[in-house]
Formats: sequence, structure tokens, C-alpha cells
Amino acid sequence: MSDKLLLSVRGAGKQFMQGSRLRWACHNVSFDLYPGEVLAVVGESGSGKSTLLRLLASRLACDEGSVHYDVREEGAAPGLVNLADLSEARLRWLARTDWGFVEQHARDGLRMNVSGGANIGERMMALGARHYGKLRAEALTWMERVELDASRIDDLPGTYSGGMQQRLQIARNLVTHPRLVFMDEPTTGLDVSVQARLLDLLRELVDQLQLAAVVVTHDLAVARLLAHRMLVMKDGVVVEQGLTDRVLDDPQHPYTQLLVSSVLTP
Amino acid sequence: MMDENYNFGFLDERTKKMIRRALLKAVAIPGYQVPFGSREMPFAYGWGTGGVQVTASIIGRADVLKVIDQGADDTTNAVNIRRFFARTTGVKTTEKTAGASIIQTRHRIPETALTEAQTIVYQVPMPEPLFRLEPRRRETITMHALAEYGLMNVKLYEDIAQLGAISKTYDYPVLVNERYLTSPSPIPKFDNPKMHMNPALQLFGAGREKRLYAIPPYTAVRSLDFEDHPFEVQRWDHACALCGAADSFLDEMIVDDQGSRLFVCSDSDYCGERRETGHVGCQQAVHIPDALAQEGSAS
Repeated sequence: MSDKLLLSVRGAGKQFMQGSRLRWACHNVSFDLYPGEVLAVVGESGSGKSTLLRLLASRLACDEGSVHYDVREEGAAPGLVNLADLSEARLRWLARTDWGFVEQHARDGLRMNVSGGANIGERMMALGARHYGKLRAEALTWMERVELDASRIDDLPGTYSGGMQQRLQIARNLVTHPRLVFMDEPTTGLDVSVQARLLDLLRELVDQLQLAAVVVTHDLAVARLLAHRMLVMKDGVVVEQGLTDRVLDDPQHPYTQLLVSSVLTP
Repeated sequence: MMDENYNFGFLDERTKKMIRRALLKAVAIPGYQVPFGSREMPFAYGWGTGGVQVTASIIGRADVLKVIDQGADDTTNAVNIRRFFARTTGVKTTEKTAGASIIQTRHRIPETALTEAQTIVYQVPMPEPLFRLEPRRRETITMHALAEYGLMNVKLYEDIAQLGAISKTYDYPVLVNERYLTSPSPIPKFDNPKMHMNPALQLFGAGREKRLYAIPPYTAVRSLDFEDHPFEVQRWDHACALCGAADSFLDEMIVDDQGSRLFVCSDSDYCGERRETGHVGCQQAVHIPDALAQEGSAS
């Protein structure tokens, strides 16, 4: 882990209208993320986890504070850049090269009307790849890496199982070798054995590719398995943050204590 | 003779001025879709309301108009639009490509090469080449603005993956002036190379979708493809049965239920001119055995 910051969040927040009043969905969040580090954001539903993720990925604009990212581009000076200062073109470029976004529902992150191979190839084609043979070879490599049956390359994602769709979504995001991946509840809605395999795969890929990741989850087991550090959110604010093992084994905040103690163990 | 109950060109002068302003913008940004206030025309959408409004706006009393539909001057759409303009403008009409100053077309570009003195007006049903791939209009506008056209190649990739070749044979997407992804209107891909560096001004009108665009003379037009699956035009094993042309776009007509096909030029003016100058085809239908039926009897 290098000591150069990849992502730095300073007092970020977003408010929405609720009825006629403004309400902070996520308020005054600050943290730093280093290359290769995995951060889990946990909390109950409605605590602002997904809103935070959308702020980080610039899908929403911050109403307060700012998000800074180390944009690595040829000719550009290295260092953190406020994402709000970037043009839409640069943001979209970032989003399809240096970032990945794994949606909770694979259908939202995939193009359902084109085959699995085309889904994997889309980012490369967006970056100007125009050689069919090479695109296909790359797609096959990635299908293998995420443990998808290579003979399904020309099938529509709709014919894949839920777990396969999620793996396809991951392959589609990782094909450009991003440095930062956002994941919104990547394992929710999958059955336990599929979850375990997917987590295994994610852990391996994160390790191999030196990915930094922000994983939103309400499943503490996912956080324990994947994350180096974690952030506990409640009612839009971060109530506790620290190393995963420290937070889970020695929770300080009453809410975190409640969260940890309410995990079912068979 | 012009019907004096109508304004020249059917549309009122303010409307024509509005369309001309949109056309100027379209010519200034080759391939860019310019919104315009499309008017109700006295015929249905899908019958060329966009093309007719463009023609009505640029036509002058000295112009000679040719209208073609699928290459032919004598099909319903062509005959009606030609009559419409003959009645509302009184300009001369012709069936000769070389003698026309404005050519309004649906589905073809004439085989005879166009000149700098000519303007070709295309009738366009769907100006947005990305519409089947990206349903959100706001998103397609952003994609055009940022020249993000990878998605079109995703479609071509999908064709090759599923069918072994790019299956699009008409309305084949092109990149105009190496910038804007553009629909060439439903012309066969056979005609795409003719758009490249064409000396004539090419105007496109989509009435229902309320968009205009243009390809100015001598503008680069490139059909999208893959390095290892290059763009190709259709080829036939036969020549035109009437005029013997081997280089024109042929219509295949089924003449009986025994597998006889007659191949003739789709451009009726081109075919006629060749016959006048003494070219003769085989005058016969070609027998093409039904491959499927043979397979069936063999098993």
C-alpha cells in the first residue's frame, strides 16, 4: 500500500426534499482511501450508504463538502483533483476507464439486449478498440477470470443466473483495469453459496489487480471478509470508522454495538 | 402550371425561412441533427414529410426537380411528391438524374454520379442512429456531444458474434467528417461509398422526428466497421437482365414459384439510359434452386 492518497472525501453531504423540508440523506462525511485499499460502508437501510456511494462516483453532486480523486492522465499534473471541477466529459471518461461501478441489481449495470461478450467489450470499444478478434479474445479471458463458462459468451445476460450476471457485471467493469471500484451491495439477493463464491472471487481480484474499492453493504460478514477498513453509518452520518477487525471486535458506538450483536450465528 | 391558391412551395414564407436557417446550421456542422419546427403536411408521416419540407424550402422557380423512391421515378411515393411540387410550385420536373438540380430521394442514391450543381434531399424516418441502443434522448445527445460512439460498435460486434457478419444492409451507420455519427437514411449500404466526398450538397429531413442534418459537398463519410471485419457493399453474381449493368444496385424479383428470379437495376433512369445507348441484358430470369428444399429431399 503506497502512502499516496487515491480518494479523499471532505465533509461531503447531500440533501433531498422530504415533503417541503430539506433533509440530509448523508451529512459531513470525511475519509481517505489509499490505492489497493478496500473500504466497507455498513449501516441499516436508509442510512445514506448508497447516496454516499453515488456522491463518490459523481453520479450525484455534493450539496456540501467535496470529493477529491487522484486523476491519473497523460499530461495532467498528479495529485488530488476536486471532482466538482471536472467537466462532464472528463467525469464520463473516468467512469469508464479508471472506475468501475457494480450495481446491486446486475440488470442495472448490464446491457441486457446484447450478449455477454459484447457487455465485456463495451468499455474497450468506447475507448476505441476496433479489432473484433482481439475484443473477443479479451472477453474470453475475462469470462474465465470471473469463472464464467466461456461457451456462454454469445448468450444474452438474461439467460444467465443471478450469480453469473453479477460476475459478468464485475468482468465488464474490470476490463479496463480500473484503480477504484464502487460496489453497491454486490452480494445481496444471491443465495449463500453463490455469495461465498462471489466474495472469494472479489477478494482474489482485488488482491491480484491491486484494486481500491468502496463496498456498500449491510452484511457485516461481507465487510469482515473483504474490507480493510470500515465506516458505520446511521441516519446519514458516520458514527464510527476504523480498521474492520477493530470495529467488529471492539465496537465503540452504541449503534455499532447493536449492529454487531444482532448478527445471527448458526 | 402552379396552383395559385397555394404559396410557392406549399409552406408559407416564414416557415421556409425557419427551415433554411436550420439548414444553414446543419451545413455548418456536418452530420449534426438540428431540431426544427416540423409542420403538418398534407400527407402522412412516413411518406417523406421531412424531405418535402426541405425541398419546399430550398426550391426556386428555376429548379428542375427529380423525385425517386427505391431508385424508381414511377413508384407511388415518387409520383405523388413530384405531382405535389408540380402543382404547388410549377417548376419543371424530370426523370433524368443529370438534368435535375434538386433530387428528392427515398432509399437510394442515383447510380449516375452527382455534380456540384445538384442538391440531393433524403427522406429520413429515424435520424438518430443510436435510438435502438440507447432509449434516453438526453443520453444520446450527450453521447453525440462527447463523440462517445463505442455503443454503435457494440451493436456491430453483436452482429458478428451472432450472425458471423455485420447484418445491417441498409441505414448503415456512418461517421461524417470524422466527428458525428449519422444515419444515412435507409439507403442500402451499397450507396454509402457514394456519400463520401460527394460533390453534391446532401440534405436530410425527418418530419416526424423534427430533425434536419446535412453533409456538405466534399465531406468525408466513413462507414463504421472493425479492422478485421471491414465494411463491404453488396455484390451480385448476376447483371441487370434489361441493360446488362454489372455495377448497379439490383432488385431481385421473384417471377414464379419455381425459383426463377429476375435481376434488374433499381435505378430506373440509369437502366433506361443504358438501354437507349444500346446496352442489352440477357432478358431472362435466372433460375436459383431452392437450397432449403434440396436439403429437405436429400435427407
